[in-house]
Amino acid sequence: MDVSIDFAGLKLKNPILTASGTFGFGLEFKHFGDLESLGGIVVKGLSLKPREGNPMPRIAETPCGMLNAIGIQNPGVEEFINKKLPKLPWKTLPVLANLYATDAAEFGELAGVLAGEEGVAALEVNVSCPNVKEGGIAFGQDPRQITKVAEAVKKNAGNKPVIIKLSPNVTDITVCAKAAEDGGADGLSLINTLSGMAVDIERRTPRLANVIGGLSGPAVKPVALRCVYQAVNAVKIPVMGLGGITTAEDAAEFLLVGAKAVQIGTGNFISPDTAFKVAEELPKVLERVKAESIDEFIGSLQLPK
Amino acid sequence: MSANNCRAVKVISNKPLGLSSPGEEIVELKLESPDWKPGWRAGQFVMIRPISWPLDLVWGRPFSICNADETSLTILFQVVGRGTSRLLELKEGDEVNIWGPLGNFFSKPQNRPVLMLAGGMGIAPFCGYVDSHPQPENLKLFFAHRPPLENYPYKGIAGKVDVEDIRETKPTDIPSIITRVEELVKEYAEKDGLIVACGPTPFLKTIWNAANKYGADAELSLENRMACGVGACLGCVCKDGDDHHTQVCTTGPVFKANNLSLEG
Ligand SMILES: Cc1cc2nc3c(=O)[nH]c(=O)nc-3n(C[C@H](O)[C@H](O)[C@H](O)COP(=O)(O)OP(=O)(O)OC[C@H]3O[C@@H](n4cnc5c(N)ncnc54)[C@H](O)[C@@H]3O)c2cc1C
Ligand SMILES: Cc1cc2nc3c(=O)[nH]c(=O)nc-3n(C[C@H](O)[C@H](O)[C@H](O)COP(=O)(O)O)c2cc1C
Ligand code: FES
Repeated sequence: MDVSIDFAGLKLKNPILTASGTFGFGLEFKHFGDLESLGGIVVKGLSLKPREGNPMPRIAETPCGMLNAIGIQNPGVEEFINKKLPKLPWKTLPVLANLYATDAAEFGELAGVLAGEEGVAALEVNVSCPNVKEGGIAFGQDPRQITKVAEAVKKNAGNKPVIIKLSPNVTDITVCAKAAEDGGADGLSLINTLSGMAVDIERRTPRLANVIGGLSGPAVKPVALRCVYQAVNAVKIPVMGLGGITTAEDAAEFLLVGAKAVQIGTGNFISPDTAFKVAEELPKVLERVKAESIDEFIGSLQLPK
Repeated sequence: MSANNCRAVKVISNKPLGLSSPGEEIVELKLESPDWKPGWRAGQFVMIRPISWPLDLVWGRPFSICNADETSLTILFQVVGRGTSRLLELKEGDEVNIWGPLGNFFSKPQNRPVLMLAGGMGIAPFCGYVDSHPQPENLKLFFAHRPPLENYPYKGIAGKVDVEDIRETKPTDIPSIITRVEELVKEYAEKDGLIVACGPTPFLKTIWNAANKYGADAELSLENRMACGVGACLGCVCKDGDDHHTQVCTTGPVFKANNLSLEG
């Protein structure tokens, strides 16, 4: 079955992408599968200047999931453009840049730096990182700020699609989804991590130096599915779904509730070939459940009468 | 590395060494050969996640390659928590997903004395190191441990190189271990030897401090917690010599002491 899709103008050979922060800058996974067999990759969050990130420990395993407080450690956008991007087969593999900044103006500036980069297929804007003290979560929870950031990025993004990545840590995800659409976003991705915490009763300490971190992995999948379902029904722009996907069946669940594409995050840690396997198996799963085409399957959830 | 370096292999055997009591088990896990081309080097590690693990154990677990040949891959593990206690349950024929060989490795200088400093499970990479070193007569192992010696693969090493060990049975044994480590680091710095070390962080800190003090050429293998093992998640970082965060799994796990900060 042909599973190619159009996502906000991006032509993807399949709807399976990898999630920011879980796939490095892509090349880390080149020994585990053919990168070009993926629908696309979203690289680690980029900021204008390099960031060291948070102190250790930064990760903790939790039941069916993990907490992270990396704090957007990254080499900065220039280093990405000069050193990382040229090594990727971006002509045949859509590379999405993930943007992190602390205010709307800085987001706009960062979008401007990436706008002219031929190798960047789209901009994914992280308005929802729970692991940084400045900004981060505050944007993700304030619809007016989401609109402002979307406007600022859209203004400077040239012809690149702008995807706003939303936080699940809000009372009403539909308000945030609409706020991004109002700001001119071409698409949405959700969810980012859920705010969480783990402690060690022996040492009587938090398990993360940052105390609070972001929960991801299979544990968050029901929350993610619900958020995607609600967002899809609130906006006209396409939605990318992610949160806990580890199999082609999981990916199909997100498509069923209306996501046009999905991303694999923590699943890449369970096994480094997870995304490749999901991409390979999705057509078979869609055939098994008797989908006529991928377009017919997307959003075909039957609600109880 | 080959294009398919994540694969499922079968367990050949899985048994505690020595006569261990619960909590002291050091287990030798032998797996079918992953058939690595071009091969592996002592100091590198693998990520291991048995196929049978449920999703509540999300990450694979990193283990030093103890030894590997055309027929098998051997790792040694100590039961310390959720993952390693499940590893203990593996039986012959069970399937285990592994990816590797990962990370960098210890140098093997020619015609120079080499001091191996191992703390507890830190002995694991030195099994392969001793076996593959062209001049074992230049090697000495100093081994600090808690469980009895027969629980470790110590005999194999002791038959081949000069060895010395100290057993820590109570906290008051620690100062004498520190003193002896410092003496040895000083001695090898003075004779322009290489020091290769692996063990718990406090043990490595002692070596790092002494290496800086005496200007010793030392390589330290770190054991940070890891999620991906391939440099992607940034969960395993340490501070390099310029005080920047760097991935232990890909820049290391072996670091030159002067290219590492273990301060704080
Ligand atoms: C490169 C590398 C090589 C290693 N080689 C070996 C080896 O040859 N043999 C061996 O027995 N162990 C080795 N380790 C350590 C091993 O990975 C951990 O013991 C294992 O992951 C613990 O898993 P668990 O689920 O049982 O522990 P958990 O339930 O996750 O934790 C139990 C306890 O162990 C501590 N712990 C967990 N992971 C680590 C870690 N990576 N480093 C230090 N403390 C940890 C936790 O703080 C906790 O106190 C190595 C680690 C690295 C990074
Ligand atoms: C270690 C780690 C680092 C992450 N870094 C980023 C990041 O830089 N930018 C971002 O937008 N999301 C980041 N995320 C969030 C993921 O992209 C994803 O939204 C989240 O993990 C949920 O998906 P999952 O359950 O499939 O992992 C990170 C997640 C993890 C686990
Ligand atoms: S374990 Fe993921 S970067 Fe090292």
